[in-house]
Parts: sequence; structure tokens; C-alpha cells
Amino acid sequence: MREKILNMLEKNSRIDLKDMAVMLGMTEVEVANEIADMEKEHVICGYNTLINWDKTSEEKVTALIEVKVTPQRGLGFDSIAERIYKYDEITSVYLMSGGFDFTVIIEGKTMKSVAQFVANKLSPLDSVLSTSTHFVLKKYKDYGRVLDAEEKDERMLVTP
Amino acid sequence: MRNPLSKKIIGIEPSGIRKFFDIVSEMPDAISLGVGEPDFDTPWNVREEGIYTLEKGRTFYTSNAGLKELREEISRYVNRKYDLHYDPVHEIFVTVGGSEAIDVALRCMTDPGDEVLIPQPSYVSYLPCAVMADAVPVPIELKAENDFKLTKEQLLNSITNKTKILVLPYPNNPTGAIMTKEELEELVPVIIEKDLYVISDEIYAELTYGGKRHCSIGSLPGMKERTIVINGFSKAFAMTGWRLGYACGPAPVIEQMVKLHQFAIMCAPTNSQFAAVEALKNCDMEVEMMVEAYDQRRRFLLNAFKEMGLECFEPYGAFYVFPSIKKFGMTSEEFATRLLSEQKLAVVPGTAFGASGEGFVRISYAYSIENLKVGLERIQKFIESLGGNDGRI
Repeated sequence: MREKILNMLEKNSRIDLKDMAVMLGMTEVEVANEIADMEKEHVICGYNTLINWDKTSEEKVTALIEVKVTPQRGLGFDSIAERIYKYDEITSVYLMSGGFDFTVIIEGKTMKSVAQFVANKLSPLDSVLSTSTHFVLKKYKDYGRVLDAEEKDERMLVTP
Repeated sequence: MRNPLSKKIIGIEPSGIRKFFDIVSEMPDAISLGVGEPDFDTPWNVREEGIYTLEKGRTFYTSNAGLKELREEISRYVNRKYDLHYDPVHEIFVTVGGSEAIDVALRCMTDPGDEVLIPQPSYVSYLPCAVMADAVPVPIELKAENDFKLTKEQLLNSITNKTKILVLPYPNNPTGAIMTKEELEELVPVIIEKDLYVISDEIYAELTYGGKRHCSIGSLPGMKERTIVINGFSKAFAMTGWRLGYACGPAPVIEQMVKLHQFAIMCAPTNSQFAAVEALKNCDMEVEMMVEAYDQRRRFLLNAFKEMGLECFEPYGAFYVFPSIKKFGMTSEEFATRLLSEQKLAVVPGTAFGASGEGFVRISYAYSIENLKVGLERIQKFIESLGGNDGRI
């Protein structure tokens, strides 16, 4: 049942609790308790809103940075990751398999501010060997959703 | 000048759905809960396979019975899903939708005057196809108090010495009724004793809910040699527009059905057949996701009707609910017509599926929850305007 609740919330975190209960064949209290438990256990880590910033007057740039590091003795990658993710500009940090160690996703106001962050904050870290910054030009799909899609029901109105 | 038309075709009533569709088409701002097809797009991997097939230039005919690879996949699929055992070479063939299979089966299995039992309410094409096959359609009126299942007594009471075929339309469009293994087992001795054949339309087989699995009558002892199982890709894989179905049955029947299919149709669309192979091989997860979504909407609608005080039996299959509107003192057609003109919402009158659909309307949940909510609000307003609700919201 947890998976079903999570699947529904993942698609629409603002879904009405009552609707959810009806759709799952549970009571509202049961659903609410299950959600509260999962929040406590950090199965549910938060509720964000998926925004297409391109449609606002707000200037934003996103970049993906490939980072190569030297893991520190006794601490491995985790403490380096922490040094990186503490910065508010960083939205995601993933440990990777393959040719580099971390993918770091950063959001900034301008390309310059992102470049400065990389040059002044990220690259100088002791364990960082090299970085490679890729700017996002356009977001088509994010978190399973096509950002600029217009849903149109083209089916005939009445069919057998 | 002579009449260009046959008495047979003129004698067939136009589809009640067609009539309603014509009215709805005149209303551009109407919304609908009236469709009989999934709101999901065909899973992308299947569409991609269709595109690839075109790119490869596979634009030729296939063998009359359909691609060998597809028939083999169908054989495996019906085996793992419904415990049916059919030889892909002699006992399975691919049709242009389940509809063609129904038509061809009736034309190949009846002589003039043979009676075909058609439980109703049910899909619109059984009766006209029986007429065009020169058979005599005999409707059996399914009852709401039996959850629209066919009972042994009803079956026995409908059989004459001319009865040859029983059409078994479960999971049912428009009622959403299903028949369990135990309920089907009740019918089997009658079918065998009276020497009937069954055309089992199982197009909604994959869409059952509440932990209930579809049982094919063809899987019951003694029934394989008496059953034509009809299924297809439209509902389970959201592939209505690809027009692809199949029939499984005893080799001598399938052989003759393929003969008619060969002369009338040649073969099912090649592009669709290649895409269907992908659907059968790699879509279990997508289908599961769609079934879960339908189930959630089903519960949502049933609960809403309960709150509105609209009587509705709990359907466990297809994607329809079939609430009773008897308490409003209107015919189904009046109800649907007024709902459309006053609230701009299209639903299908139960009578479009046979006279025994009187007093009911078919509401489809092949729509998103958001759309269902809008539709439900309109039904609520309409019911309130009739003064017929129980004072609850």
C-alpha cells in the first residue's frame, strides 16, 4: 500500500487526502497515518513544486558539473559530498559510476555567477581534482513531466 | 429502379450510440464520459516499434492468419495469463480488432435460422452481426439483481432446439460485470448437454479489479472444443486505433474463419502486427500501471455515486460503471439527452446496449480524475435540478 500512496504523491503531491483514501479503498485516517510515518522515516523527504522558470521573468541557469575527486582516507566520498552539498546553490549531488565521481547540479542567476562558483568555491576544494561544467540550454522534460505539453483529448466524444 | 439495398441491412436498427454521437457532435462545448476506449496513449515502446517497422519498409501483406511470430506470442500470452492452450499454427488467427472476429465467427458458425443467444446489455455489434449471418439473435435480459451475470436458469430458459451459439460478453461493456470461474462452471454442464458453442468476447480480460482475475470459459474442462475466445489489443494495451484482435479456437473452426478473413480482409495491418509483438513481450508493467489507475478511478466514481445517492452495483471489470437512474422517472435516453442539453455532459443511455439497459446509463472512467470530477459535478447539478438527490453532496 505504501508504494501505491507514494506513486500517487509522486505524480501529484497536492492530491486531496479524501480522494486518495477513496481511490485506494482506505480511510482518510489510515492514509494520513501512513504518510506521517513515511515523513518521519524520511521515506518522504519533502514536497517540491515543479516550475517551468522559462515561463517567468525570473532569470535562472542550471548547470551540470562533472567533478573528479580524491576520496579522503577513512571518510571516502561522503565527507567530500557534504562539503559540496552544503552550498545553497547546489540542488543535487550524485555519486556516479564511470569516468568521474560526482554529478553536481547547480542553479544560479547568471552563467557568470555559476562560473564564479565553480572557480572560487568548488575547484579550490582540496579533494577536487577537476571539474567540467555543462550549462542546460532548455528543459524539455523534468521529473517525468513534459514541461510545455498541452494535453488534448482527441478521442471521439461517444464511442461504443 | 430497384432498391439497391438488402432487406437485411435495412432491417437493422442504427446503433443507439451513433444517434447519440450525432447529437453530441453538434455541441462543441460538451464534455463527455461516454467513450469506450482508453485515455492512455499506446505505450511508447509499442509506438516506437510501429515507427521502426515503417522505417524498415515492412509495408507488405502478412500471411492471412497473421505474422507467425505474433501468433506464437499470442499463444504464450493467453497461456501465461488465462491458462489457455492454443497451437499458434492451427488454432489462432489475427483479426482487424475483436469486432472482425465477432463478425467472422458468427458468419462461419451459423446456418440460416440458427439461434444465437446474446446476453444484454452488451456490446452493440453481436446482434447486427448475427442478423447479417442469417442467424436469429435471441437476447437474454441480464438483471441488475444478479450483478448482470448470466445465470444457469436464464440460460436454460432461453435455449430452444434451434439454439447453437452463446455469446459470452465478459468482462462486460457496458455494465462492468465479470463472471468468476465458479459462476462459469455453473453454465458449463448446460452448454455441453445442449451441445452449444460459445463465442467468448474477452476483449476486457486484462481489466479486472479488486483482486479478481479474469477466467476464460475456454480454460474449463470440456470447453476448449466448444469455445471461440476473442481478444485483442485495443483495451489492455490502449491500441484501439491500431485495429488488432485475435481469435483462438478449435482448428476446424479457425481454418474456416481464416478462409472468410482471407477473402474479406486479406490480413490485419502489418504495422500493427509488428507493434503488437512488442506489446505482448514487453508491456506487463505498463498494463499493470493502467489497471491500477482504472481501479482507483473506479473506486472514486463508485464513492461519488454513493454520496449522490445514485444506485450502482460494484463492477469489477472493463472501465465502465452502470448506475441506475430509475428513481428519476425517466427513460435512459431522456436522462442522457437532458443531461447533455442542460449540463453539457455526454453519457451513453443503457438502451444503446439492448432493451434491458433501460433505466441505466453507462459512464466511462477512461478519463483522468480531474475530468471525472468535472463530469461528476455536472451529474450532481443535474440530479439536484431534478430534486431527486437525498440531500447529500
